[in-house]
Amino acid sequence: MTDTIKDPGFEASAALGDAQRRIRRRYAAERRFKFFGLAAILAAVGVLVVLLFTIVSSGYPAFFQTRIALDVDLRDPTLEQADPAKANYRKIFDDALAASLPGITDTKELRELRAMVTAAAPYLIRDRVVDDPSLIGREVRMELPASDRIDQLQKGEIDRNVAPDRRIVTDNQIAWYDRLDADGRISAPFNSGLFFNADSRFPELAGLWGAIVGSFYALMVCFFLSFPIGIAAAIYLEEFAPKNRWTDLIEVNINNLAAVPSIVFGLLGLAVYIQTFGLPRSAPLVGGMTLALMALPTIIIASRAALKSVPPSVREAALGVGASHQQAVLHHVLPLAMPGMLTGAIIGLAQALGETAPLLLIGMNAFITSAPEGITAPSTALPTQIYIWADSPERGFVSRTSAAIIVLLGFLVCMNAVAIYLRKRLEVRW
Amino acid sequence: MNLQESGRDAASADAGHTAAPAALADTRTVKIECRDVNVYYGEAHALKGVDLDIYENEVTAFIGPSGCGKSTFLRCLNRMNDTIDTCRVKGSINLDGVDVYNRAVDVVQLRAKVGMVFQKPNPFPKSIYDNIAYGPRIHGQARTKADLDEIVLTSLEKAGLLDEVHDRLDQPGTGLSSGQQQRLCIARAIAVSPEVILMDEPCSALDPIATARIEELIDELRGNYTIVIVTHNMQQAARVSQRTAFFHLGNLIEVDETEQVFTSPKNEHTQGYITGRYG
Repeated sequence: MTDTIKDPGFEASAALGDAQRRIRRRYAAERRFKFFGLAAILAAVGVLVVLLFTIVSSGYPAFFQTRIALDVDLRDPTLEQADPAKANYRKIFDDALAASLPGITDTKELRELRAMVTAAAPYLIRDRVVDDPSLIGREVRMELPASDRIDQLQKGEIDRNVAPDRRIVTDNQIAWYDRLDADGRISAPFNSGLFFNADSRFPELAGLWGAIVGSFYALMVCFFLSFPIGIAAAIYLEEFAPKNRWTDLIEVNINNLAAVPSIVFGLLGLAVYIQTFGLPRSAPLVGGMTLALMALPTIIIASRAALKSVPPSVREAALGVGASHQQAVLHHVLPLAMPGMLTGAIIGLAQALGETAPLLLIGMNAFITSAPEGITAPSTALPTQIYIWADSPERGFVSRTSAAIIVLLGFLVCMNAVAIYLRKRLEVRW
Repeated sequence: MNLQESGRDAASADAGHTAAPAALADTRTVKIECRDVNVYYGEAHALKGVDLDIYENEVTAFIGPSGCGKSTFLRCLNRMNDTIDTCRVKGSINLDGVDVYNRAVDVVQLRAKVGMVFQKPNPFPKSIYDNIAYGPRIHGQARTKADLDEIVLTSLEKAGLLDEVHDRLDQPGTGLSSGQQQRLCIARAIAVSPEVILMDEPCSALDPIATARIEELIDELRGNYTIVIVTHNMQQAARVSQRTAFFHLGNLIEVDETEQVFTSPKNEHTQGYITGRYG
C-alpha cells in the first residue's frame, strides 16, 4: 500500500489522492454515523434518568410515615372485655393526647392538638383493642400516624418561617410538635401502610393494598382469557388456516387492533360487558375482560412471530416420519415456540397492568376503602389509584402518587424480568 | 416460450427411450409407477407429464440443473407437497399398485411407508434416543419399552451410528457433527420401517468424508429398501445409483441404467449436462 502511494507517476498519484480522499470521507461518514447513534442513545438514557430521578426523589418520603407515640390509658371504666368495640374511644384518645401534652385546656387549642394526629386515631385504638382485648386495664404506648400536615412538617416540606396564615400548621402545632419531638414521641418508621392499607381520604392512612389486589385479580382474569384464546388463534392462523382473502382480512384487523387507542376498548367494555351483559361496575372481572381485549392482539402477534421463527426443517422432519400436521405442531413446533409465546404474553400483561384509560371508563377509579373480596367486588387498580391520588388535593398525596408510580414500575420490572428469565431458562434446554 | 417448446419436444422424443429399459428389466419389481405426473405451483407448471418406474431394492438417482423439478417430483412420492397450499398434482403415482393421491390413502400411513431424509440434517431438538423413538411412538409400533429400545438400537446400527453414540443416547441430537446428524436422520427414517426412503440431496451440506460414509450407507441400505436420491453431484449419482433419471425444465428427459446414462446418453441435453456444458 505505502509503496504504491509513493509512486512518482503523476496521473497515478492523482488517482490515488482521489481514492484516499474517498476513503477519508468514508471513514468520516462512518464516525458521524456512529456518533449520531451514540447521541440518540445517550439522549434516551438521559431522559430516563431524569424521569426516574424525579419520581424517586418526590416519591421516597412516602415510604416513611411520621408517627406520634401516645400513652393510651385503657383502664377506662367504659371498656369491657366482653364487648371491646363499644367504648368511648374518642374520649380515651383525647385523654391520651392531654396526658402527653399537659396544660392544654382551651377547646380551640384542643381541637388544634387533635388535628396533629390522624382523624382516624380513635378507630385505630379501637381496632388494636378489638384485636387484643388483653390490653384492657393497662396503659399502652401506641404509635399513631401523625396527620398529613405534621407528616409534612416532619419531612421538612413546610417552611416554618412563612407567615402563620399562609401555612397549614399553626404556631401552636409547631411548638407542640417540638415538645413531642423533645420527649422522643415522634418517629418516622417505614410506611408499611402504603402497601397494606386500602385507600383512604387521609393520606397518612392511604395505601395501595386494594389497588394491588384489584390489579392482581384483573390481570388473572386477563391472563386466563387472553392467553389461551391468543395462543389458539395464533396457532390456527399460523399453522392451519388456509391462506386466502378472509385470513388476510383477519390478520390485518388483528394488527390494527394492536394500535387501537385503549380508551376505545374501555368504551367497548362499558357498552358490552356492563350495559349489555349487566356485569358489575368497577369490578376486576370487567377490568380483566377489557384488558384481555387489549392484550389479545399483542399476544397473537408475538405468538405468531414465535411460531414463524421455528425453522421449517423441524416441521418437515416431523411430517417426514409420518407425524400428522397436528402432531408436528403439538410435539415439535409448539415446544420450540413456547418461550417466545410466554414472553409475548407476559409483555402483553405488563402493558395491561399499566393501562389506565379503559379502567376509568368501567369505573375502576371509584373510591373504595377496602381490598376487593373477589373478582366481582368493586375495586381500583394500580394505575387508576395513581390517577385518583394525583387528583387529590392533600399535600401527602403528592409523594404518595410518586410512590405508587414506583410500586407500579417495580411490578412492571418484575414481570419483564420473569419474561426474560422464562425465555432464557426454556431456551437453554437444548 | 422457446425453452418450453424445446423441453416439450425433448419429452416427447424421450418416450421411446424410457420404454426400452423397462422392457429389459422385467425381472425386477416396480415399486413406484408414475404416469403422466404434472405439478403446478399456482400458475407455474413445474413438472410436465413425467412417466417413471422406480424399482424395488434399487437406488434411483434424480439429476438435473437447479429448478428442473427433481425435488418437486421426489416430494410428490410421499406427498410432502401437500404442505404447500398452491401446489397441485395431477397424474398417478402408484405405490405397490395404489395411487398415493387416492382419497382413501392416509397421508400419515403413506409417510410411514415412504420415509424421507432432507437436504440439511434436521434432527429434532431432543435426545438421540427420542429422535429415533418419535416415529415408532406415534405409529404405535412398539408395545413395550424394550421393543422401543430394540427399534432405536437396530435403527442406529443400520445407519452405522451405533458405535459412535451408544454411550450418549440421552444427549441432544443437535450436538452431533453434521455428518452424524444426517445419519441420525437416516436412522430416524429407518425406525418406522419404511419400504421406500427418499433422500433430497442428503450430502450437499456435508464434507467429503461424511459424504463417503453416507454413500456407503446408501449402498448397504439398498438391500432392504427402495431408495430414491436427488443429487446435484453427478459423481455421486454414478457411484450410488443403479438407475438415473435426468430432469430438465420440468421434463423427464432421460431415464436408464446409470452406466448407460453416464457413458452413452441418448439425449443431447443429458449429454450436455453430464459433460458439464450447463447445469
